[in-house]
Amino acid sequence: MKRADLILPLSKPKIGVQGITGSWRIRKPVINYGKCVGCGICWLYCPDSTIEIENAGSRFRVSIDYTYCKGCGICSSVCPVKAIDMVREV
Amino acid sequence: MPLTIRDLPREKYVLPGHAACPGCPETIGLRFVGMALGRRAILVVPAGCTSIIQGLMPGSGLAFPIINVAFASADAVASGVAAAKEVIGEDSVVVVWAGDGATADIGFATLSGAAERNENIIHICVDNEAYMNTGIQRSSQTPIGAWTTTTWRGKTEPKKNMPLIMASHGIPYVATASVAYPMDFIEKLRKAASIRGFRYVHLHAPCPIGWRFDPSETIEIARLAIETGIWVLMEVEGGRVTISPPSKPYVDKSRRKPLVEYLRRQGRFREISDELIRELEREIDEYWNLLLKLSS
Ligand SMILES: Cc1ncc(C[n+]2csc(CCOP(=O)(O)OP(=O)(O)O)c2C)c(N)n1
Ligand code: SF4
Ligand code: SF4
Ligand code: SF4
Repeated sequence: MKRADLILPLSKPKIGVQGITGSWRIRKPVINYGKCVGCGICWLYCPDSTIEIENAGSRFRVSIDYTYCKGCGICSSVCPVKAIDMVREV
Repeated sequence: MPLTIRDLPREKYVLPGHAACPGCPETIGLRFVGMALGRRAILVVPAGCTSIIQGLMPGSGLAFPIINVAFASADAVASGVAAAKEVIGEDSVVVVWAGDGATADIGFATLSGAAERNENIIHICVDNEAYMNTGIQRSSQTPIGAWTTTTWRGKTEPKKNMPLIMASHGIPYVATASVAYPMDFIEKLRKAASIRGFRYVHLHAPCPIGWRFDPSETIEIARLAIETGIWVLMEVEGGRVTISPPSKPYVDKSRRKPLVEYLRRQGRFREISDELIRELEREIDEYWNLLLKLSS
């Protein structure tokens, strides 16, 4: 067999491998920055890696990537100060 | 010093847009594996939800190096990979990431063999207490009283005790973990990575699809398992059990929440009989007594 005939079943890391998963959402997490204390706990537990985190002094600034967030609501349920509201999409 | 969120690496090993259901505990666990081991991790993954979460070739929703293998071969493949990495002198941590079915049932012979040979690998059992990927069939890790598509009236046999079975192999490290306690899990994985030989970590992973709860509640349910004492965080080294800090308060039975607080939050226990609840409670008490005996 020629080398060129070899097809290796190899996959490479890809963002959005299952498409724009934000379209699965029926509830949308909305951060109320007036309440948020920047603890980072929502970032820690998000199953979809769709919460971005940056250092902001001794705290964190978090934001949500709505292109891929599936709207599971875990971020809202783990937030210690209830700063994330789940809002109906339609 | 205990780990804090600031200490955790932010590189993504679970990529946005992967194929898991909303609220999936397996992806939460995989994020912690990435935070604990980073680029040193090489994953061996038998069939299960995680192989679906990776998505279709040529893309992968996970950024670890992964070898997808047949059920009964996972720990044998991992043994070979670890041996090869040792020969070429690469600093890596070979991890089998397998469901409860793949670990405790279908892959058990190979797992037990690799443990008995004390192969230099970590086996993580991601335990959602049923065969989820094929439609919620019972496994030996399904607890008493739980509905599955093959136990319509609730399972009548108890959950097989995998952590203690693995400890009986005399391997250097056994630990239990929960997706609700990431710092405990990450610290255990880093400790496991520093030990040579076979290491077994059993990760409790409540699944909204199979357990019938809202996807927002994955972490709450996992936490309730600890607070009611039905899942115990601990380590076994040299035959001795150490109860881990998150489970310590619940050594005292009076501090445990009533078991029904855990059961009634899950649709899979909707029709559990009082008799099976009592049996489950008895089983939990016996397990704690045994652990405390092994820890003294
Ligand atoms: C030898 C063999 N038998 C059956 C199957 C079908 N199968 C694929 S995934 C799966 C269930 C896996 O369950 P578990 O290991 O608990 O992982 P989970 O899906 O819950 O993550 C089964 C039975 C298979 N792929 N190979
Ligand atoms: S709703 Fe779920 S997927 Fe979306 S940001 Fe919150 S935790 Fe992540
Ligand atoms: S968990 Fe709540 S308070 Fe903490 S960073 Fe997230 S939104 Fe802010
Ligand atoms: S069935 Fe459960 S474990 Fe499997 S992908 Fe869905 S949420 Fe995750």
